[in-house]
Amino acid sequence: MSTNGKPKFAMYWGSSCGGCEIAVLNIHEKILDVDANFDVVFWPVAMDAKYKDVEAMEDGSILLTLFNGGIRTEENEHLAKLLRSKSKILVAFGSCAQEGGIPGLANFSNQRDLFTTVYDSPSTDNPEGIRPMYDYEAPEGTIHIPEFFHTLRPLDQVVDVDYYMPGCPPESHQIAAVIDLVIQVINGEAELPPKGAVIGAGVSTVCDECPRTRHEKHITSFTRIQSAVIDPDLCLLEQGILCNGPATRNGCGAVCPQAGAQCIGCYGPAADVADYGARMLTAVASVIDSQDPDEIESILDGIVDPAGSFYRFGLPHSMLQASKDAWKPSENGGE
Amino acid sequence: MTDQFEPVIIGFTCNWCSYRAADLAGTARVKYPPNVRLIRLMCSGRLDPTFVLKALSSGADGVMITGCHPGECHYLEQNYKALRRYLLLRRTLKQMGIEPERVKLVWASAAEGVHLAKEITTLVEEIRALGPLQWPTSITGNGKKAFLEGSSVKEAVA
Repeated sequence: MSTNGKPKFAMYWGSSCGGCEIAVLNIHEKILDVDANFDVVFWPVAMDAKYKDVEAMEDGSILLTLFNGGIRTEENEHLAKLLRSKSKILVAFGSCAQEGGIPGLANFSNQRDLFTTVYDSPSTDNPEGIRPMYDYEAPEGTIHIPEFFHTLRPLDQVVDVDYYMPGCPPESHQIAAVIDLVIQVINGEAELPPKGAVIGAGVSTVCDECPRTRHEKHITSFTRIQSAVIDPDLCLLEQGILCNGPATRNGCGAVCPQAGAQCIGCYGPAADVADYGARMLTAVASVIDSQDPDEIESILDGIVDPAGSFYRFGLPHSMLQASKDAWKPSENGGE
Repeated sequence: MTDQFEPVIIGFTCNWCSYRAADLAGTARVKYPPNVRLIRLMCSGRLDPTFVLKALSSGADGVMITGCHPGECHYLEQNYKALRRYLLLRRTLKQMGIEPERVKLVWASAAEGVHLAKEITTLVEEIRALGPLQWPTSITGNGKKAFLEGSSVKEAVA
């Protein structure tokens, strides 16, 4: 490790897609500020470093670690705990680390079904029906691959987290603003926000930033965006499109509704929302224009996947955290 | 008798109708099982589905939501909002693997103490038949609810 006196920076991916890393690189010339102000000591996607290098570092020696991705495997958990002890500031970076993200949708299924989908579906070429083993006796010795846990957990269910930065991925201008802030803090020109704060985002909802026109809502049917002709200026929810704007934190600039697509909720729960899905459910159900139970039911048929829509990004961080199927694998033939 | 499963049911009542119905059941000495814990809201429309999820994830086996009969809401039409949320909540719970029967919506006016007591008795028996929900409530180092260490379920070469 270099000893140039600059504060140390690390970035790691747990169960994630790599989009957060791309978003960081997407801050353009600002990345030079990162290099000028930080000594990048660990960032698997961008540079070569080994876990043992991190293990050899002193506790608290990394100033800032951006951790993206949830905790799905033994390896994710090991690195989360390792980076926690080595870092002064640990940021749950992006939807997956903050609340589970898209990989968190796997919490609807149990481990065995997930493995069956991956190793035994009609599109899989696996004639011998091979499944992974955690320990394998090879002539050279025992080979161990990290255990795959039965649910995915957000970072703060595994270690203490200092800040949350939402988004799938976080918007580049927000990343740049956060990096600017940390540099100002290093230079003594600013103070860090209180611990536990959501940084790089607003405190209101996506609707607040959305330029579409809104009226009092009276929904008589729900439709999917691909099967509707969309008015470009009118609120999407008013047009019967399941738009997650009312429950979602702002800060993205409402880019999806402006591009003609519904908000899918990647910025996570707005301030003071205890359960994102419940908030969405409330917002959507309240404006259905019917007082008749049967008619309400038929309108609700238009929402094809309520739980998946309301918990697209946040199932592991919701109150229920996972479906019953996921936390009781043995009940569905697991073992 | 002693080893019979006693479900825990959280009952949300409306200040203007069902809470008074429960009161009336008490003063009229109409009996209902003690499994239900009533919480008074100002209106069934105040019932955020978050309350139901919190109850179920914190140890309750069932939830009863009660409000004024359709057309009789003290705040004009909030009980219809409760109805819509309830119907959508049931669909969501089903996807989570929770039997929709664990959450029940009952209309009861302030005069219907006997009716409310009967509904409570029925729900307790229905949930007793379903068995305990036992949603996991393990705690991590930082005090948040989470699942404990990974499953010991291992896959082997078929």
